[in-house]
Amino acid sequence: MSKLKIIANGIIKDNPTFALVLGMCPTLGTTTSAINGFGMGVATMFVLIMSNIVISAVARFIPNKVRIPSYIVIISTFVTIVQLLMQAYLPSLYETLGLFIPLIVVNCIVLGRAEAFANKNTVGDSACDGLGIGLGFTLSLTVIGLVREILGSGSAFGLKFISGDGVLAFVLAPGAFIVLGYLMVLFNKFVAKKE
Amino acid sequence: MEYVLIIISAIFVNNIVLSQFLGICPFLGVSKKVGTAVGMSAAVTFVMALATCVTYLLQYYVLVPLGIEFLQTVSFILVIAGLVQMVEIILKKISPSLYQALGIFLPLITTNCAVLGVALMVVQKQFGFGGEAAHFFNLGQSVVFATASAIGFGLAITLFSGIREQLELSDVPKPFRGVPIALITAGIMAMAFMGFSGIV
Repeated sequence: MSKLKIIANGIIKDNPTFALVLGMCPTLGTTTSAINGFGMGVATMFVLIMSNIVISAVARFIPNKVRIPSYIVIISTFVTIVQLLMQAYLPSLYETLGLFIPLIVVNCIVLGRAEAFANKNTVGDSACDGLGIGLGFTLSLTVIGLVREILGSGSAFGLKFISGDGVLAFVLAPGAFIVLGYLMVLFNKFVAKKE
Repeated sequence: MEYVLIIISAIFVNNIVLSQFLGICPFLGVSKKVGTAVGMSAAVTFVMALATCVTYLLQYYVLVPLGIEFLQTVSFILVIAGLVQMVEIILKKISPSLYQALGIFLPLITTNCAVLGVALMVVQKQFGFGGEAAHFFNLGQSVVFATASAIGFGLAITLFSGIREQLELSDVPKPFRGVPIALITAGIMAMAFMGFSGIV
């Protein structure tokens, strides 16, 4: 499989949010605006690429029985790095994303890719897989955030273009579930048409 | 009085699933039948109370005195994973019937972000109820908070599984089948739970 194909797979066919339905907690919890969704996506992408690289490099030295705890330690190391970097350089984004940054550790996407891809492929391919899945995740989170921001507060990426208040419910909890539900319907329709 | 406020707040006002978005995976994954939903919530309640108690002690008696709070994420997840394993082994030995009922849900709980989420929440966030100044929870309050959060999870997932059992029988348009209709239903439930906001 060519590297480009691996990346493209992660964005469309194995899209973590719409096709695999993984990592729902950050997807719903952080997409109150397009910027927040994008920030969460990039943080997850970094962890995904780095942990995929390290796990694919060391997988053959790790005994099969202790592989899951070992993977978790590797993943949480990179999560801690992201956490400390964000705290230092992007404190306001760190505040809004809050609890969801340390919770990247238990994001099923990261462990899922380690199990399903990184431990049986080369370092280069695993890096591409991390990049592809990470881009797919970032893209979905940004789109969900954008839809919620437009409907909820009439702005996009922080720029207000509709005067007055939007439908507040879309920024609050119920909007997250409903927007994701309807976007998934559109995705199903679009993919079903292609096949 | 404060304990009552913590309980009401954690179950209804800040419901862990429907307003904090933690534990969505089991919420969508094991909510097809009421029976499994009840089993899952019992297992979560047990593990969450125990894990929060242990990680609270770890934070204040190991990490803070040694000045290594940056290891919080790593140490908490390892402790939770180890704890779940231990609970599984002990339960198998001393109460096979309970193990039969909860056994299959226990391994799933390690990756339930609600458990790690609540454990981190009690040591990171300050809470203030009934007009008093915000402060960090003590051990008792933390465990009560964790148990109440887990009950909130149980309430949400049990109600949701009841609705999903009905959904199975109804004629849903094809692109909506499965997860999308479940999410939209959850959205409407979240809207109903918003009615509780402001009571504490």
